[in-house]
Amino acid sequence: MSFLIRQTLIYAVPLMIVALAGVFAERSGVINLALEGIMIFGAFVGVLFVRLVQQWGWFDVAKEMNNWVALQGFLLLTMVVAAILGAAFSLLLAFAAINLKADQTIGGTALNLMAPALVLFLIRLIANQNTLQMATGDAASWFMIKKTMFGFDKKAKLGFFGSTFLDKVYLTTYICILVFIILSIILYKTRFGLRLRSCGENPQAADSLGINVVKMRYAGVTISGALAGMGGFVYALTTANCASTGDVAGFGFLALAVMIFGNWKPLNIAGAALLFGLFKCIAAAYASIDINGDGVFLLANIGLNANFYRLLPYLVTLLVLAFTSKSSRAPKAEGIPYDKGQR
Amino acid sequence: MKEKTPLLQRDGTRSVLASLISILIGLAAGALVVFLVGLFNKSMSVKSAWEGIRLIFLGLFSTGRSASGSLSFGFNPVTFGNMLFRATPLILTGLSVAVAYKTGLFNIGAPGQYLAGTAATLFIALEIPSSSVPAWLIWILAFLGGMIAGAVWGAVPGMLKAFLNINEVLACIMTNWISANLVTWMFDVSNLKNTVENTKTAYIYKTSFNGVQTPKMLLDKIFPGSQVNGGIIIAILLAVLMYIVFTKTTFGYELKACGANRHAARYAGIKDKRSIVLSMAIAGAMAGAGASLYWLAGNTEFYWSTYQSLPATGFNGIPVALLAVCNPIAVIFTGMFMSMLDIAGQQLTALTAYNEYITDVIISVIVYLSAFSLVIKLWLGGKAKKTAGPKPDANAEDPAPAVKTAANGKEAGE
Repeated sequence: MSFLIRQTLIYAVPLMIVALAGVFAERSGVINLALEGIMIFGAFVGVLFVRLVQQWGWFDVAKEMNNWVALQGFLLLTMVVAAILGAAFSLLLAFAAINLKADQTIGGTALNLMAPALVLFLIRLIANQNTLQMATGDAASWFMIKKTMFGFDKKAKLGFFGSTFLDKVYLTTYICILVFIILSIILYKTRFGLRLRSCGENPQAADSLGINVVKMRYAGVTISGALAGMGGFVYALTTANCASTGDVAGFGFLALAVMIFGNWKPLNIAGAALLFGLFKCIAAAYASIDINGDGVFLLANIGLNANFYRLLPYLVTLLVLAFTSKSSRAPKAEGIPYDKGQR
Repeated sequence: MKEKTPLLQRDGTRSVLASLISILIGLAAGALVVFLVGLFNKSMSVKSAWEGIRLIFLGLFSTGRSASGSLSFGFNPVTFGNMLFRATPLILTGLSVAVAYKTGLFNIGAPGQYLAGTAATLFIALEIPSSSVPAWLIWILAFLGGMIAGAVWGAVPGMLKAFLNINEVLACIMTNWISANLVTWMFDVSNLKNTVENTKTAYIYKTSFNGVQTPKMLLDKIFPGSQVNGGIIIAILLAVLMYIVFTKTTFGYELKACGANRHAARYAGIKDKRSIVLSMAIAGAMAGAGASLYWLAGNTEFYWSTYQSLPATGFNGIPVALLAVCNPIAVIFTGMFMSMLDIAGQQLTALTAYNEYITDVIISVIVYLSAFSLVIKLWLGGKAKKTAGPKPDANAEDPAPAVKTAANGKEAGE
């Protein structure tokens, strides 16, 4: 059971944070279809950063001294780097959508095509293959938090909570949850959040009250890009063993679905992300899920084809959208370039 | 053409110019990336960057390296023929995106429809024994099967959009991944895996294994040694058919009216929901036909374990359609242009240290530019008014030839 929760969280957390990225863009009035592309870009940047620092060498010293504070600090730094470059990449979308009043769907699609192309072009030049990996070791041995770090013995039993949330987990999971909570509060409880949301509902009215719509939309898209870039790196670290392949398997689009299913509201999104994370987890690890801990792998014993579990998350997304689309309420002004003349 | 309105102020001219500008900027961006990499990468020289840039612009005319080691250029029947062969599916996926766009829908589901067409075509072409059924009949059945499968797969997001008002982009993306997994599943349990040539793992038999392949229609005489076949002619015919449907028939007009304003169309008595579903079904049929023609060539084999990746041919239909401003006839040319980029990428991989992904970078830049092609068009329009002066009628003939030469110059420069 604790394995199932841990795995579900691993898939749910990037979904959640990237869905929130979508919320920030759409609540400011810009459809961010480029989440997938920004994730791919963020994953690449993060992995490249880890690789470079490993090659510089001083990183090995921290590992040898077992200085896990330095290692986790480095992980944090990588998340920040991925976020900054993700934000920079999203400026392309912001410029097209806000300054040039471009078609936001096509602009987003362009970024979705650009990210894997650029990333694969560079990966091939850097690594001479189609995958960029860490320079040494694997993600788990470098960054995973284990119970020995808290001074427990290797054979110590921590009980249900301890073994679920303190052993074999990544710091990124908790950072993302923290960021999610803080940003949700900012979106709903601060002046900035209110102004941002007003630009997605009625930008003309917002402008007439002295709010700079262009600035607010830039802020929305940039925050969105930062979160998506960070989410991309978190995804690569926790599910792809810190490797970048120019692909995040449609996670950015799943996050969009989570956002719509969550009705553009953070709390609903957290719930939706957990649900989709569960399905993704089943798809990835159905053969080794032991639900009640009696050593029987129920899902593997049913004998369904692996491809069935793999298509399940997407099928469920469609069905869920089909049932909830009537009650969903998107920000009113999303996708419409701001035109002062329509006031 | 009647020369009543000045050429530069005509909408069509501006669209062509905007597309040409997008293409040029896209190619320039690709060249810039190559140049920067050549400049900053120690293992590559500026000379190799220059070779890369020349291949980006002239890849189609590359004939390899001469004895002295420098790049040589000239007419190459093999790359020309291969260009036409690879253009076949691109034209059709481009048509797929264009048809949906005319009804106001963004069909990003072409990859899924392409895969559905692939599966249907390969199953029909390989499962019906050519010993008891004539090969030409199997070919027709497989082609129609591919189209129908694509149409069904396209109709699914169409229905979700029409009846449940689900965003078609999201629905298309989900059906893409469902299709990828479903197709992998179908081939996984099938007996069509290539076990004869054991150097190939996870590939399906070529359709020529069952004696089914597209006739060459004499094209192999013009382009000896290449993969070209009659498929390109069928693709062009389908493009012309789409042009006729959208400009000469009531049905096409209804679809376009629905795209322009769904509510106004309904008010005018057009069944908007039916139009949306049908438009997506036609779009899907086009993508399915593209897959059929590609695999029925008989010299290509399908990598069936595709659950983690979607076919790039489907996504590249988007730039093909956008560059053509969704005009079915223009799609023929933009499809060939995209396939030319493909060839340039291959030459780049074969002849230099760069790789084929640079063409995807170029394509993405072109898509990015076409997102605000309207701005470029307006900018062009503004310039036209300035050059036309206070009396547009008197100067009507003047700017026209100038633009023609400018456009021709750009085409030659490509």
